[in-house]
Amino acid sequence: MNPKIILNQTQINLIIQRLIAQIMERHPNYQNLVLIGLQPRGSIFARQLHQALQAKVGYSFPYGELDVTFHRDDFRQHSGGLIPSKTDISFLIEEKKVILIDDVLFTGRTIRSGLDALIDFGRPESVELLVLIDRNKSRQFPIEADYCGLKVDTVRSQKVKVVWQPQSEVHIFNPELDA
Amino acid sequence: MLSTDHLISIKELQRSDLELIFHTADEFKAVINRPIKKVPSLRDITIANLFFENSTRTKLSFELAEKRLSADVINFSSSSSSVKKGESLVDTVNNILAMKVDVVVIRHSYPGAAHFLAKEVQARIINAGDGAHEHPTQAILDAYSIREKFGTLEGVKVGIIGDIIHSRVALSNIFCLQKLGAQVVVCGPKTLIPKHIRSLGVEVSHNVDETLAWCDVAMVLRIQLERQEVSYFPSLREYRTYFGIDRQRLEKVGKDLVIMHPGPINRGVELSSDVADGPFSIILDQVENGVATRMAGLFHVSEKIRK
Repeated sequence: MNPKIILNQTQINLIIQRLIAQIMERHPNYQNLVLIGLQPRGSIFARQLHQALQAKVGYSFPYGELDVTFHRDDFRQHSGGLIPSKTDISFLIEEKKVILIDDVLFTGRTIRSGLDALIDFGRPESVELLVLIDRNKSRQFPIEADYCGLKVDTVRSQKVKVVWQPQSEVHIFNPELDA
Repeated sequence: MLSTDHLISIKELQRSDLELIFHTADEFKAVINRPIKKVPSLRDITIANLFFENSTRTKLSFELAEKRLSADVINFSSSSSSVKKGESLVDTVNNILAMKVDVVVIRHSYPGAAHFLAKEVQARIINAGDGAHEHPTQAILDAYSIREKFGTLEGVKVGIIGDIIHSRVALSNIFCLQKLGAQVVVCGPKTLIPKHIRSLGVEVSHNVDETLAWCDVAMVLRIQLERQEVSYFPSLREYRTYFGIDRQRLEKVGKDLVIMHPGPINRGVELSSDVADGPFSIILDQVENGVATRMAGLFHVSEKIRK
């Protein structure tokens, strides 16, 4: 069974524009906003959103990338082992309004790790969560997105994968059925 | 994931293991340079540091690395233990493991002690130096420091100068540097170089000026007087004259060299103070990198523990 494409390049571009409008609606005074993408996959989406936001508003928003490997609660349960990605936050987040960005929100555990990792860099005024895909009713932690590109209903055995090359698409598939 | 369950010798590690540790150490180095220098990765792990031989920097470096990873740490030194009352190594370690210890960091004067423990006890073992055999974490931090300076180990020329015969640092470094593509020359008086060391694929020199002229990195080793039960050279003064590295000797070479030393330094013997503290020295970088690389080693060894 082939993966089902639930979003294509055009739809993702439209979603990015909608998310930007929602951010600007919620933050008319945007000078205190900073964007942080979660490594490794969330930051690919975050970079696109950051570029589009800067182009739209004409303002240079601080942007960083955060790796959560050392804060995960499933350390030692990964059969393939963990390889950390680079954390690059070259500005102070103290008293800033942080928008944390990931590609897919599933159980909420990565975001929980991300919040822990984030406060090692200071005490932000607030943290909001922005995701491209929200896997509805799959949460294991009380975490919800403030901005969401698309909510999808999935079962646990299914996978949702955002593909960025050669063109941006969101796939949904079931590895058990595909095997 | 590492190809081995323990971190006992460089010889049994793959190049990919070393590269994985370096990659992770890059991220831990960033962590230890932040205001909050700690991550929770090993918060459910207990580590015993068993030092049956004296150590200052290795012990402190391991302890700091463990605490930066949020592990629980217990320390043991043989001078204040039942080892003095005749308890065997396995009994001592098994008693400590009964306290639910997951990882043992061991330094011992007997070559093979860490390997022996890995076979006998149910814990992950990290070798912090076993006699004149290996000191893998020192070699990893040395190679990491060279990589940081040159961007790669491939093709870098390293001269290991000094007391090679008593040095576990030299042996681990030879294995490590060669696995990563560096060229190695060992240099010292004939009496301080093992007879068959060429079989490891290194060149041998007894002329320190020629070695300095050849190498990009001079890794200077300590004269281990405490391990020398007979005289290997007539006097420290003579050793300094022929093998000691000072500013004049470096100026004569006429090129930029990276100077390394695993410490502790016999100042004025193998290395003069103006070189040890000079612009070419990365000795303090080695100390900082020791914490980051040991964090990476502990992280990946602990990764395989299933609870």
